Amino acid sequence: MSFSATKLAQPLTLNTTALITKQEGLEVYEDMVLGRTFEDMCAQMYYRGKMFGFVHLYNGQEAVSTGFIKLLKKEDSVASTYRDHVHALSKGVSARAVMSELFGKKTGCCRGQGGSMHMFSKEHNVLGGFAFIGEGIPVATGAAFTSKYRREVLKEADCDHVTVAFFGDGTCNNGQFFECLNMAALWKLPIIFVVENNLWAIGMSHLRATSDPEIWKKGPAFGMPGVHVDGMDVLKVREVAKEAIGRARRGEGPTLVECETYRFRGHSLADPDELRDPAEKAHYAARDPITALKKYLLENNLASEPELKAIDKRIDELIEDAVEFADESPFPARSQLLENVFADPKGFGIGPDGRYRCEDPKFTEGTAHV
Amino acid sequence: KEMTVRDALNSALDEEMSADPKVFLMGEEVGEYQGAYKISKGLLEKYGPDRVLDTPITEAGFTGIGVGAAYYGLRPVVEFMTFNFSMQAIDHIINSAAKSNYMSAGQINVPIVFRGPNGAAAGVGAQHSQCYAAWYASVPGLKVLTPYSSEDARGLLKAAIRDPDPVVFLENELLYGESFPVSDEARDSSFCLPIGKAKIEREGKDVTITAFSKMVGYSLKAAEILATEGISAEVINLRSIRPLDRSTINASVRKTNRLVTVEEGFPQHGVGAEICTSVVEESFGYLDAPVERIAGADVPMPYAANLERLAVPQVEDIVRAAKRACYRSVALAAAA
Repeated sequence: MSFSATKLAQPLTLNTTALITKQEGLEVYEDMVLGRTFEDMCAQMYYRGKMFGFVHLYNGQEAVSTGFIKLLKKEDSVASTYRDHVHALSKGVSARAVMSELFGKKTGCCRGQGGSMHMFSKEHNVLGGFAFIGEGIPVATGAAFTSKYRREVLKEADCDHVTVAFFGDGTCNNGQFFECLNMAALWKLPIIFVVENNLWAIGMSHLRATSDPEIWKKGPAFGMPGVHVDGMDVLKVREVAKEAIGRARRGEGPTLVECETYRFRGHSLADPDELRDPAEKAHYAARDPITALKKYLLENNLASEPELKAIDKRIDELIEDAVEFADESPFPARSQLLENVFADPKGFGIGPDGRYRCEDPKFTEGTAHV
Repeated sequence: KEMTVRDALNSALDEEMSADPKVFLMGEEVGEYQGAYKISKGLLEKYGPDRVLDTPITEAGFTGIGVGAAYYGLRPVVEFMTFNFSMQAIDHIINSAAKSNYMSAGQINVPIVFRGPNGAAAGVGAQHSQCYAAWYASVPGLKVLTPYSSEDARGLLKAAIRDPDPVVFLENELLYGESFPVSDEARDSSFCLPIGKAKIEREGKDVTITAFSKMVGYSLKAAEILATEGISAEVINLRSIRPLDRSTINASVRKTNRLVTVEEGFPQHGVGAEICTSVVEESFGYLDAPVERIAGADVPMPYAANLERLAVPQVEDIVRAAKRACYRSVALAAAA
């Protein structure tokens, strides 16, 4: 199959009438409010000293996470970046587990060993937040490779799992992006490359960083569809996501989707955010994806004001509960320091007596008999 | 019966691929070309292109893909045409592979093998001649193996593929064609060596020489020369750099009271430095002479053959160091 640039080199235009059922609308709304409220609470907790290091918030980009992830099955996987809290939440990791991880508590989704930029959940197939630019793309491509390998080599005929890789506009100038577009198309892997183009890489404008700022055009160049979508409109994102996920699931290969979005806060909570024009910020603030969805649901009689208020309230309570849970949870025990360096239970992990084998810095002395 | 290191590696790959369909090989030229050094000869024909995967020249990309596949329970063997090229993918070896089990609190282990020729080849200049043992051995979460003989190559590669953690498997191009006797036991498909155990290649009582990979052969030759001069050297083949078999090394030093460490890599912060520290920490009172460290010269590898020879350890360097270690204490004792 080949994709000519002329054929696909047009942004998709969509008819947005009757794009969603009431139930779907409420689910999408709830997930977006969850992401927003969670991140707002993170900012508070960061300033109160409850979490530390680099904390990158997702405010403004909710339509992308929700638009894609809510269409996935549990077996499908997601690879994220350092801005990963909301992807984990959309994929089903509990607010309690994510908040506790941020608090550095034992009850966190990685027992406090991962932190803000490294959310993993095997149960939910969250493959991790990757803190380096471009690092997550090959790993995600490897997950997609696995789906194909399981179907074709291990003969698991029902393995139609897809992988969604999220990354930003800055990453699209990194070699690993191009390397993986090539291999994913070459091997027809079930993956969707989702660019969350929020126009800024910390303080470097996308327009100053990229020779051709239309990232979606790079899809056809590698022989896969490239789609541009308004990333502030969750319904449009969903339509594009449905098609791309379906294509991957049918074994028809990868898709590159560029979602034009905006982050409402600085790059991280440590970013003074002085380079972005206030007028630009105001322009995108007026296009808040949650406000837009709310308006759509109300105007199309898909939800009533009290129904949405009830969701807001439920999420507020959920986040309050998550904070309380995280705050009350224990810190990791001292013994946890040396755990999980290796999976090998005989070599470096748990000894035959059930205790961690090595309790001093010379822990590499253990020997593994395989 | 003898077997080359190349055949040992090839048979180990073949047996593990045959035993477990989740094992697959990926890298540049591993398939149709049969491997840049022919390590994967015949595997494409036997297992097909889905399991012997020719990749584009894109180290960061395919190494990351291998790591991602390992997250999902496949058992990739990633071949680097030489370990020098692993520099282009080192982010994935360290950040995506070595750290994930820890960062995910044990949820995501990474059963992957990174293998290929390591260390100085011949006449290929600075960018293609470097030992990565100390580099990767300084990383928690990695296991680093350095086979010398055909038995090592078979037993350690099979162990690496079966291991649930990321293993860096450092081969040596100049050893591929060398033949070694291989026992029936080591020829059996169930054969496997423990990771983290050194092997005493030659017993001795006067001085301990630690070495790995090609330097084991050099050290054995040095031991033969030393024997003719009445010095009995014990040669330890480390086999595993991380974990490091500190107990075997220290037991030997407590017996011989003298230590020479040998490696091809750069001296500063090298494998020898780590061994020396271990011996100072655990067996200080047993040492009768300062530890001698033989390493590559502290320079990028020169091209000219005479300079290149000077930049890597030679048998006579090991002999001289062992003599210094032995005679010095004798001299000191005489002076007292």
